[in-house]
Parts: sequence; C-alpha cells; structure tokens
Amino acid sequence: MSQPFRLNKEGLINRNKKISFTFNGKKLFGYEGDTIASALIANGIHLVGRSFKYHRPRGFFGAGVEEPNAKLQVEFNGHSEPNVNATEMELVEGLSATSQNCWPSVNFDVGAINNFLKMFFPAGFYYKTFMWPKSFWYKIYEPFIRKAAGLGVASIEKDKERYEHKFEYCDLLVTGSGPSGLASAYAAAKNGAKVILAEDKPRFGGTLLTDDVSIDNLSGKDWAEKIITELKSMPNVTVKNRSQVFGYYDHNMLVMFERVSDHLEKKSKFTPRQRLWYIRAKETILSTGSIERPIVFGNNDTPGIFLSAAAKEYMKVYGVLVGKKPLIFTNNDSAYETALEFKKNNVEPIILDTREEHSSELIDEAKSKGIDIRFSHGVIVANGYKKVKSAKIGKLNKDKNSFEKTETVDCDCICVSGFWTPSVHLASQSGNKLKYEEKIDAFIPDKKKQHETSVGAANGSFTLEESLKHGFENGSNLSAKITETKTEISIPNVNEKKYGAHDKFWCMPLPKNENPKRFVDFQNDVSVSDIEIALREGYRSIEHVKRYTTLGMATDQGRTSNLNGLQLVSNIENKIVPEVGHTTFRPPFTPITIGTIVGREVGMEYMPTRKTPMHEWHEKNNAVFVDAGAWKRPRYYKQGNETLFEASKREAKNVRENVGICDVTTLGKIDIKGPDAAEFLNRVYTNAWMKLPVGKARYGLMLREDGIVMDDGTTTRISENHYHMTTTTAQAANVLSHLEYYLQIVWPELNVNVVSTTEQWAGAAIAGPKSRDMLSKLYPDLDVSNDAFPFMGYKEADFFGVPSRIFRISFSGELAYEINVKSDHGMFMWEKMMEVGKEFGNQPYGTEALSTLRIEMGHVAGPELDGRTIPSDVSLNGLVSKKKDFIGKNSLGREAFNVESRQKIVGLIPIDRKSSIPEGSHIVQDQNAKLPNPKLGHVSSSCWSVENNNPFSLAIMKDGKNMIGKKFFAVSPLKNKSIEVEVISSHYVDPEGKRVRS
Amino acid sequence: MLYIKCPYCGLRAQKEFSYGGDATVKRPNINEEVSSDDWDNFVYMRKSPRGKHIELWQHIAGCRQWIKVQRDTATHEIFQTAKVTEEIR
Ligand SMILES: [Zn+2]
Repeated sequence: MSQPFRLNKEGLINRNKKISFTFNGKKLFGYEGDTIASALIANGIHLVGRSFKYHRPRGFFGAGVEEPNAKLQVEFNGHSEPNVNATEMELVEGLSATSQNCWPSVNFDVGAINNFLKMFFPAGFYYKTFMWPKSFWYKIYEPFIRKAAGLGVASIEKDKERYEHKFEYCDLLVTGSGPSGLASAYAAAKNGAKVILAEDKPRFGGTLLTDDVSIDNLSGKDWAEKIITELKSMPNVTVKNRSQVFGYYDHNMLVMFERVSDHLEKKSKFTPRQRLWYIRAKETILSTGSIERPIVFGNNDTPGIFLSAAAKEYMKVYGVLVGKKPLIFTNNDSAYETALEFKKNNVEPIILDTREEHSSELIDEAKSKGIDIRFSHGVIVANGYKKVKSAKIGKLNKDKNSFEKTETVDCDCICVSGFWTPSVHLASQSGNKLKYEEKIDAFIPDKKKQHETSVGAANGSFTLEESLKHGFENGSNLSAKITETKTEISIPNVNEKKYGAHDKFWCMPLPKNENPKRFVDFQNDVSVSDIEIALREGYRSIEHVKRYTTLGMATDQGRTSNLNGLQLVSNIENKIVPEVGHTTFRPPFTPITIGTIVGREVGMEYMPTRKTPMHEWHEKNNAVFVDAGAWKRPRYYKQGNETLFEASKREAKNVRENVGICDVTTLGKIDIKGPDAAEFLNRVYTNAWMKLPVGKARYGLMLREDGIVMDDGTTTRISENHYHMTTTTAQAANVLSHLEYYLQIVWPELNVNVVSTTEQWAGAAIAGPKSRDMLSKLYPDLDVSNDAFPFMGYKEADFFGVPSRIFRISFSGELAYEINVKSDHGMFMWEKMMEVGKEFGNQPYGTEALSTLRIEMGHVAGPELDGRTIPSDVSLNGLVSKKKDFIGKNSLGREAFNVESRQKIVGLIPIDRKSSIPEGSHIVQDQNAKLPNPKLGHVSSSCWSVENNNPFSLAIMKDGKNMIGKKFFAVSPLKNKSIEVEVISSHYVDPEGKRVRS
Repeated sequence: MLYIKCPYCGLRAQKEFSYGGDATVKRPNINEEVSSDDWDNFVYMRKSPRGKHIELWQHIAGCRQWIKVQRDTATHEIFQTAKVTEEIR
C-alpha cells in the first residue's frame, strides 16, 4: 500500500493517522487532513470522471472550490451524495467515492462515442436538433438526453441527518482568512468590534499556507496561526472554518453554509450535519481572494493538467506531487513558485513562458537553480487520452498567432497559469457594479452598493504587502466607526518576491490542419469553436452567448472559464472586454445541500401545530383529524369500522334528531373595545350595528373595498363599549389586520381597540332539538326559555363554578348554543357536557358533519365566499344596508355586479337521488357538446342530506334562481363523472329558518 | 431579506412584517359622495414606480402597528420609515 506520489515529509496532513476509503470499489488509504482529491493523486489516480457532453476522460484541475471536473458520488455516514467536489470533501474513514456520468465504468465509457461524433454536437446542438419533430421530444429525445447526460444520482432515501439554521448579528463579517482577511479581522477585533471570520477551507490562512513569504520574521503559515490563535481567544470574535459565505442579500444580510460534522468520524446525536447562518452584518469585508485563470490550448482537459497554484497547494498542504515530469505553462511569474517548489522536492520541471526573454526576481531565482525555462513558448496540444503522456509545444512568433518551431516533449502533468481573477461573486451579489481593471485584465468591485469592502486579491491587489495594509486599514476604520475605539496597530514587515508583468495572452493558436478541442468551460464542455459558432450565428449579448453555449452555467459557475470566454468573444468581436461585459453572478457561490436550506422545518416542525384545549379528548375518542390552517380539528369520531361517510352521516343525523357538540375553539375571536366601537362595526359590516342592544348578537358580513365578500361571523355586544367578534377559522388573521388597518390608518379618529382572543377562549357548540334541555341541565339556575333567552341572545353564567359566556347562535340551522370558557377550562367544560348530555343522546360531531349541516341549510362558507362573490351572489343582499356607508359599498354599484345573468347560488340534487356530485364539477347544458363546452357554473359544496336522505349540493350558477326547476349536467372530468341534476333552492332544509328560533 | 426599522420596535427582519401597498393612496371619506372614477382609482389604480415608493407595512409579528416605509423598488434601499401619522417627504 505505497503512495507513489506522496512526498516524505511536506504538508500539513497528519501522517500518524491513516484513513481507508474506496474509489470505484478499489481500497485505498490517505491521511487525516487529506481531501478525496489529494488522497487519490497521492495514489497516482487522476482519471475520476467523464465530461458532461462528450464523455471525455477528466481528472482534477484545481485544489478547492474552483474545481470544474472532479465531482463524485460519495457515500459516507449512511449518505449517498451526488456532485461532491473531490477537492473540497475531507477524507473520512470508510468513505466510498465513485465516478459519475460514465457507463459502464470510468475507464470504458460508452458515451465517449460522443467525443468522436463531436462535429454533431456543436453549440446550440440541443436547441437545434431536438426541436423537431415536436412529438419526438417526450418519447425519444428527452429520455435519451437524461440517460446520456446528467451528473450524480440523488438519493431517494429520507435524509436522517439534522440540519440547523442560526441567526447572527455582528459589526464586521470577514469572508476569507487569507492575509487581508486576517488583518481586517484582527484590526477590527482590537477595536472591540463583534467580528465573525469565515473560512471556507478546513485550514485558516489562505495563500499564506502556500506562498513563500515571511511576516515579522515568521513564515506565512506561522503568522496566520499566531493571529488565528489570538482571535480565537478574544470573546468578541467568532472564528469559523469549513464555512462558506455563499450569498450576499439585501441590507447586508449574508448567508453562510457551515460543514459542521461531515469530516468527523463520530459525532454526538445532536450535532447537526450542516448549519445555515443568516448573518446581519453592519459591515462586511470581502477577502475572498482570487482564482487562477487557465490558458486555453489543445486537449487542455486531459487528466494530469492542473492549475499551477493547485499543483503547489498539493505539494505544500498535502505533501503530494501531481506529477514527476511537470511542464509549467505560464504567462506570468506566479507559476515560477510552483516550479521552484517542484525543484525543492527534487523534481525537474520545464517552464514554458509565453513572454519574451526577460528577467525578474523569480525568473532569476529559477535560472540560478538551473530550471529549464523556454521563453515565447507554449503548449499547443496535450497528448494522451486518460492521462497526459507528452505535449506538443511550440515557439510563438512575434504576433503570437503561429509557431516558429514545434516539438514534442514528454511530461506526466502540465501546470498552467494565466494570471489571477479576483473572486468578485459576493461583491457582485451585493449589487456592486464591477469595473474592468486593465492592469490585471479582470473585473474588480466598483462603488459600494451596500456595506461591503473588498480587500486584497479580491480587490485586485496581488502583493502581500498591499493586502495586509488594506486589511489592517479597512478593518480598523470600518470597526472604529461602529465601536468608536481605535487601537493603533503597527503594520508588520513583509518579505515577499516581486512579480514582473503578466502577458495578455490566454488562448494558444492551432497549427494549420490540426483541430484538437480547446476547452474554455470544462464542466459544461464548451470549447473555443462553440463560442465561435455562437457568434457566427448572430449571438452578441454575452448573456445570450452564455445560454446558447452553456458557458459558465454549470455548478462551478464558470469560476475558471468566465474571463477566458469573455476574452475570446472580445477578440472575435474586436471589442475590449469591458464592452462585452460580464454575466450576472448569483447566489449560491457554491452548491449547498437542500437539507441545509430546509433546516429543521421538516415533518412536524414544518409549521406550528395548533391544538384546542380539548384535543386530547378528541384523540382518546377516535377522532380523525383534519388540518384547518395550522389547527387540528376533528373531522369525525370513528366508531368501529365506520367510514368517513358513515360516521359523518351518523353525527349529522344525531344533531338533527337529538343534540351534538362540536369543538369550535378554532373560530377567530376578536375583542373590540372603545366608545366608538359601534360606529366602527357599522363601517366594517354591511348591515346596521348602531342599535344592537347589550346582551345581543348579530350576524355580520364584511366586504373588501372592491365589494367582494371578505368574511362573515357573529358579533356580540358584551357591554356598552365592548364587543366580541367571531371570524371564520381561515380568515381570523386577515380580519384582524384588516380592522387594524382601518383603525390605524383610515379612521384614526375612532376610539377603538382590537385584539385577538382566539387562544384565550375554548368554544363548544351544542346543537339540535334537545340542546335547550341539555342547556338547562348545564345551567340549572338559568332561565333558558325561548322568551328569556331568545335566538341571538347572549348571557354570562356560571358553568359548574367556572365563568362562561353563552351565545344563542347557530351554524347548523338547528336550535343551538355556543359556550365559551377560558381556555384552561376547555377540557373541563367538554367533559362535563359529555357527561350531562348522555341522557339526551348527545354525541360529538366533527367538521364533516358540520359541513353537511350547513350545506343542506344553504348556509354559505369558504367554498362560496371564494374571493369572487358579492353579497347578492350568495343570497345575502338582505344584510346589505341601503341607508349607511360601509367598506366596499361604493363598489356594489359596478355594472358587472348588477347583471341579471350573474352567477349566483343555487341548490342541486341529482335526478337519480343517489349519485353524489363531486365538488368542483362544471355545470353544462349538454354533456356531449363539443369542447370547449360552455360552462354555466360550478359546484361549490356537496353533502349527503341527512334530512332528505339523498345527495345535495350548492352551486354558483349563471342566472341563479331563474334556473330553478331546470335540468343540467354536473360534469367532473377529474372524477370521470357526469351526473344529471335539477336546480332547486339553496335552502334545502327549513328554508324559513324556524328551527333556530324555536 | 430586508431590514426594516419599525418606529416602535427598532430594526427587525422582514420576516416579521407583511406588505400593505402604496401608502399615498387615500380612501374617500366615509358617508361622503364619491364619483365612480374617484372610487375606481382608489380601489384599482396603483402606480408601479421604479425607484422611491412610500408604502405600508404591518409589523405583524411584533407590535402590530402599520408603518410607512420609503423604499427603492429597484434596489430595495430603505430611505426612511415612519409612523402612519407622520409624513415622509
Ligand atoms: Zn413594531
């Protein structure tokens, strides 16, 4: 089990702890501190996947978040997770990784035939080819594309892990712990600011871990460690590694994704897997660094080709060589550091520099170490299918558009550097319009849009000295404004190598008659020729080119491809890059799991559950519950093997014949107080309220300003200036806001206060012909006679020692009362009622029976008051006052509301008296008419009338009552039913309303 | 997510508020004659400006007060918040 590419001692990994894992079934090992990528490279494995479109062999390209290729399906801790970035995922014991997007295996992939058919897969291929014929799309093209393309496989298992959300506030959020980030955080912390420092990687320090620099005579790594240790010891500082700030939203709200425990072998039951942080920062330092830019050349996607800084990071952080015969291909000085690092580890690199021969500190050092440097040279094409074996290199002519001479050199890796691109994603997300900085040929943040300040490489300063200076200054100034404390910090002495100028050259020309693919975007397989085609076909806007070619659209968001794509477009179009512009950066910066977004809001925690005080009784008595908003309401109480239909019929029938009780706690209740309460109600409701006496209830109807019915319910005058309003369960919150709106904004002169008391009262309705008898047993001292306690009466009385309110109101159309006690006494009330009611045949009834009772009475509810009906549509125009003004009154005069043929409420019964009419059915004249069959109305509510023992429905229908006696069809294509129906009155039972007054 | 300064409670997350539309619309007085054009304008017609907009929000999960917010509809910048009895200019 040797690791042929592991150095003997370099790196920050823990060589005392071996970790075993598998890759495509093969058993391998790495060390604690490895990523999957570094462990595989140490084992000499480079071929890890196949590309998206052409199924070309792909290996690692980067060493972190910039990686476009190495996305694996990874199983660990019982998860199977697709598209895991092998360069970011830390190795854990027992992890098993497999390649994606290849069949049957990564070494032999059938889809690779696409690579040989590449002339048939140009830009816009899918758009062009699969458009025609249309009928082929679902059956042939779409399944084919799905099978051939796609990344990993999402698990269908339930995610057993725990995810958390956290809300945090701070003075300064620092995103990235490189030199400028550390300096900013340190300066702000010293000023006493509340600081959060977030680092995406497991190790703090950023480029300080890999660059050959010293700060105050400490190595970069040691200085970073010293600062981090001090920051961690400060109570005003939170330091987080494995935490990626991925989104910059409005008003300085940033969102961070923390990988809490994926790297742990064992964790406690309550440790979340990942955590989402919502951070509201007063100021934000964006120290996100920069990403190396590739140079485009032939077959530049072959495994074994790396970004030069990644190759250096593998050596310095992981003690791993990406190859033993490296070619370094560069247009700038930074790749010389990679070459020197190879040399230090006794590997002989060849440097190909596109620039003409010149001298700089790094070039001179490389020369003095005897490194083979070839100026004006570049890689034309890489040779080797599954791994680089050699490269055809060439000496460029003066114009850099052809070659003076070419030759082939052996190599096992190519480390490429096309200078640096600041990571401006977060700045751009904040609303910052970027500007093009010619000096570095890249975009950097422009004027601030929010409270964001970019420092260091993210702002285009690539020297350590500048980065530290910016960091200390900005961290200190920004925090001093908040804390009003300024601690002087001396800027440390820095020792770093000076870089010469880079070459503005990013795409190698091709020799005549050679045509290898030159990739710009690896993850989406977009090549130079694809971009050329898009432009040739007339796409000009960079946003259009992006969508047509899919350049920069994959999960890596074009981190390594955007600028090269822009450069190419600008070269072809003969424009400068800023004229071409850049595409929009959107969150998330890096893919995050759905589990993290969802957090704890799953299952029972998805939303709060509201239970009435009698809930436990219902549970014990076999209630089957139904959701009414957040409330749980008994739908029916199951006896034996009863179905819903049987149980609700039994319960409703018992109300009509004896007496039933129903938990009505969920109804909205609003307490209204003040000397102007009557006037207010008079404006809110359509009917008259000025003369309602104390101790009386009244049914009220409220409209929106556009005349549409908003809600209905009863309101009772408890005392001179005190009313108790009820609303429907569904509208309770809206009605309260509505009332508050008018009191606070429209009529502030009215002296009225409103407050919700829904939770304060438990309510039970007792309904049925025997309800009065039952009431007299519940209140032996109360005169419950019709004269003493008439319909719409209200009384306060003692309920077995508990204060209670009694309303003689009815939803069922039967003689009925509603009793309210304080919530704490709800269960007591209910149990007492069950006990006392026994002799009267009392049974509890649920919402299903409740609906049956109200439907056959023609009492409208939610399905009829559906946001489209005005009072006259639902036969409630008797409640609309002609004398006074009220909310929505002026709208009732609108022409469309007064057309005779307007759809209005009617009743329907099936001709056969047997077939239930599905709710939502359309009413049509001719069931066999050609489509679209003219619709005359719709069925809003249906029930089995227990009074008449046949189905009955309410419908909203054209011409309303004029249709009574006529026959139609109620058609439900959804249920595949067509039922012949007769139109009757909507008041099927007790149309005169005698029972409620009896 | 917006950060809205409730004049009663201070800076609170947008989650606690609900949006209530244009704050400059004035309801015709109750019990007064109103032309159908004026009524229709009040019920249906709203400007949809790009830029500064004075609007109502209710601090629904807080003090339950309706408040005025002057916000840029394009950038979401909030310039000023006030009680509904106060003027925003
Ligand atoms: Zn408030």
